[in-house]
Amino acid sequence: MIRVILPAHLRTLARAEGGEVRLAVEGPATQRSVLDALEVCYPMLRGTIRDQVTEERRPFVRFFACEQDLSHESPDAPLPEAVASGAEPFLIVGAIAGG
Amino acid sequence: MKDKRGGVRVLAGTRKGAFVLTSNAKRERWDITGPHFAGWEIYHIKGSPADPNRLYASQSSSWFGQLIQRSNDGGKTWEPVDNKFVYDGVPGTHQWYDGTAHPWEFKRVWHVEPSLTDPDTVYAGVEDAALFRSKDGGKSWQELPGLRGHESGPRWHPGAGGMCLHTILQDPADPGRIFIAISAAGAFRSDDAGETWRPINRGLKSEYIPDPTAEVGHCVHRIAMHPSRPDVLFMQKHWDVMRSDDAGDSWHEVSGNLPTDFGFAIDVHAHEPETIYVVPIKSDSEHFPPEGKLRVYRSRTGGNEWEALTNGLPQSDCYVNVLRDAMAVDSLDSCGVYFGTTGGQVYASADAGDTWSPIVRDLPAVLSVEVQTLE
Repeated sequence: MIRVILPAHLRTLARAEGGEVRLAVEGPATQRSVLDALEVCYPMLRGTIRDQVTEERRPFVRFFACEQDLSHESPDAPLPEAVASGAEPFLIVGAIAGG
Repeated sequence: MKDKRGGVRVLAGTRKGAFVLTSNAKRERWDITGPHFAGWEIYHIKGSPADPNRLYASQSSSWFGQLIQRSNDGGKTWEPVDNKFVYDGVPGTHQWYDGTAHPWEFKRVWHVEPSLTDPDTVYAGVEDAALFRSKDGGKSWQELPGLRGHESGPRWHPGAGGMCLHTILQDPADPGRIFIAISAAGAFRSDDAGETWRPINRGLKSEYIPDPTAEVGHCVHRIAMHPSRPDVLFMQKHWDVMRSDDAGDSWHEVSGNLPTDFGFAIDVHAHEPETIYVVPIKSDSEHFPPEGKLRVYRSRTGGNEWEALTNGLPQSDCYVNVLRDAMAVDSLDSCGVYFGTTGGQVYASADAGDTWSPIVRDLPAVLSVEVQTLE
């Protein structure tokens, strides 16, 4: 199972108050496959992390795992093995922005 | 005479969530619930005239984009519905601030307008300006592309707050007739249920644009209509309060003795079609009331002659703004008038504006106020 940690506002929206969600992802674990699985389980998150048409990451959303910023990685690049195995979570983070 | 109806429900959208305020017909004591959607910007909430328990809310944030929430129980519980707003076809371009061509980009929903007759049909006015409609209670949205596809579309440009479609008025006497307004393109009318549109800006004069009497390009802030007289429209323009007696075919100024004719909100008394309300704001560079006095102005003559309503409103050191969607009226026998401020107050008058009191004081900045009169 892939572990995903959502930012607070999206946890509330998805009613996933436990802190992290666990997803069964078919095939290689990539940003795209994880987000696809997330949006199937939580359809209310469609459009909140990536654009619904272009699938581009929203500008103020970042992806982290294993102490790495993966935000600019290809959505089809394999995620770290520790994420694929469930040892480490995939973090979706709302950028700190504003004054 | 005692009004036999149940009371009112005020729907307040703010910078950090939605609030629902309810009272009986006396409108003296208020119960407040919220924040709903805490931390999100709620540009607008509105109830269906056909089913008052059906509410729609526009929820958005710079981080996570646009959501639409729906309630089937008068705002006690909510469910997110579809949030996919995709322009029809190739979106094309409009004018940017510097006059260059800029691609149409969806940013947010400014205004939701439920159908007068069907709770599942609802319109959404969006930025960059376009009109969308859902016929399935918000489960899917389709653009009415005839508006954005009007030949003037490439000449539309944003106002300071973005190129937003903020006003949607349905003619109760003619289901095919819809009025909309866009900052800063102007007002438009459809006579065929949104298929085709034409600008209705004749008579508007805007000195701050290259051609002050252009067909499009006017910064219309708000339009209001009394349901019994849908051909009579009142407009708060960036500057100037305007009136049309022919469904927007022509406009004339009715600013009269207002201390300033800049402002955002405008509304019409529920039972007196010639009684209208505005909140004058000092200027477009100083978005606060003149002299630090928060005054609603009422005209009982359909414009030109205005009286200041001050009883219960702060008359010194008040520097809040009242935004375009932040004024509404109820339809109880003694018409209630409501407005919200960027300082977080919602003021109410149960006597058509003669006296006012805050029904809540310390909300986040209020973006919109709607009122439902309950049976």
